[in-house]
Amino acid sequence: MKKCGENGGLLLSARRCNGMKQYETVIGLEVHVELATKTKIFCGCSTKFGARPNTQTCPICTGMPGALPILNKRVVELALAVGLAANCQINRYCKFDRKNYFYPDNPQNYQISQLYLPICHDGWLEIETEAGKKKIGIHEIHMEEDAGKLVHDEWEDCSLVDYNRSGVPLIEIVSEPDMRNAEEVIAYLEKLRHIIQYLGASDCKLQEGSMRADVNLSVREMGSSSFGTRTEMKNLNSFKAIARAIAGERERQIELLEEGRAVIQETRRWDDNKETSRAMRSKEDAKDYRYFPDPDLLPVSISEKWLEEIRAAQPELREARALRYQRAYGLSAYDADVITESRHMAELFEETAALCKSPKKAANWIMGETFRLIKERNVEPEKVFFTPGHLASLILEVEKGSISNQTAKEVFEKVFDEDVEPLAYIQAHGLQTVEDADLLGEVLDKVIAANEKAVEEFRSGKEKVLGFLVGQVMKEMRGKANAGKVGELLREKLRQ
Amino acid sequence: MYVVKIDDKTMESVEILAQLRLSDNEREKAREDMQKMLDYVEKLNELDTKGVEPMSHIFPVNNVFREDIVTNGDSREAMLANAPRQKEYQYLVPKTVE
Repeated sequence: MKKCGENGGLLLSARRCNGMKQYETVIGLEVHVELATKTKIFCGCSTKFGARPNTQTCPICTGMPGALPILNKRVVELALAVGLAANCQINRYCKFDRKNYFYPDNPQNYQISQLYLPICHDGWLEIETEAGKKKIGIHEIHMEEDAGKLVHDEWEDCSLVDYNRSGVPLIEIVSEPDMRNAEEVIAYLEKLRHIIQYLGASDCKLQEGSMRADVNLSVREMGSSSFGTRTEMKNLNSFKAIARAIAGERERQIELLEEGRAVIQETRRWDDNKETSRAMRSKEDAKDYRYFPDPDLLPVSISEKWLEEIRAAQPELREARALRYQRAYGLSAYDADVITESRHMAELFEETAALCKSPKKAANWIMGETFRLIKERNVEPEKVFFTPGHLASLILEVEKGSISNQTAKEVFEKVFDEDVEPLAYIQAHGLQTVEDADLLGEVLDKVIAANEKAVEEFRSGKEKVLGFLVGQVMKEMRGKANAGKVGELLREKLRQ
Repeated sequence: MYVVKIDDKTMESVEILAQLRLSDNEREKAREDMQKMLDYVEKLNELDTKGVEPMSHIFPVNNVFREDIVTNGDSREAMLANAPRQKEYQYLVPKTVE
């Protein structure tokens, strides 16, 4: 079926696009985030990613009868940290409930979650898009456990279950239906990701599933104040997939309404390769989860003192940091934004700047060479491991003129890859600029003699040629000369 | 007072949710049991609970926590010993993926 707006060739489509009815998309998100704890939410099993199947399981996270869950305190602390950063109210008394469903990824036949008294509620985040700033409401944040992983086995025509992920702590952040397009959705997700990453509560990787977003979407006629019937879309593992799924689902619902058919409230699975979604069956069949309070877990009571401790320990978040970089270091808004995209990069920058006392140069090295190598080596910014002091001493050496800019870039690759101590490396490889005036003089004479034509041009007033001659000298010196000084010396010699 | 009666439709829905297939005898017995439970709750409803906080738990204890320290090692052989079927150290279950 042709899509509205994509092809005006079809009469039907054209009528829809130019017709009277204008539709508004209404979107709310349910975001699951895996918390960065060492152990699972209710047992002492490791949460380390990528372990061999079922090596991180015990009677509790495989739902053995009689096993008793005990809540991981860190989970509560991280949930509170996220809730406070998202301007939420805290339920000072909260508890856990069982959500009942039968599916092999869930060995207990219920998921421990929070329905009646979730830990946080009624918060908001401010997002910024081209249309300006906007507040997105947060309905609630609750704690729950993740399920195991199912893989289909073609040979047996069965499914294989790995319970390593079963019981990994999650928080689910439920937004209000306040978003109206994909741009707002992505801005909201980015905002959430930055907050959670800066808090150290999760690495929030969509591709690896440590952050998962389900999109609740409905359409309604522009100007209407009531909501249409919504669908829930799952399996969205990139921002691009989310944007495509939103466009696809909007079109699908509008087509249905235009044809006089109803949108059915259902869960749909997005297939990003086919760019279509289809209704999910199985697990979603039973809409009645028969929630009831979990008798194995005791309620959590959050004292003002505990909350105050969490509040006091909140780190400076991205926006505050970017503003500070502009004010204290004179970085442009753009530079401050790029550097604070990753908390780790921001920290590297800040420590380097403090040590070399030149924030602008530190910023240039982070945004230039560091980002270049991150891209070239295909590593994540969070995994960059060089010591800020090493970059700082490199910057200072260039400033002193003891190594050339070019040499510094070469040494930096070693710093980036192996975190070598730059001074020792420069010494060991004889990379410092040659201060030997006689040697430099010899090379200058040699270059002047070998480039008669260029020398003539320079003498007749072509200033630009000097750069070429400096380049020739630097080449002869294998970069171990101070280019500025070479330029001065050349100028002097050629005037004679 | 309105008294909830468990009809056939409720029984059917509960059976689906609980994934149970009951014989006619079993269904009748289950219905009686469940009706008794509901009647008991109806009895409790006669009490005036105005001003009484809903009880979240029968024990007056809060905040039982563990520290975030790994205490469990690899015990997958023992864990998988409970699996009716297994393959390559994973639980083999009826096909679920669509």
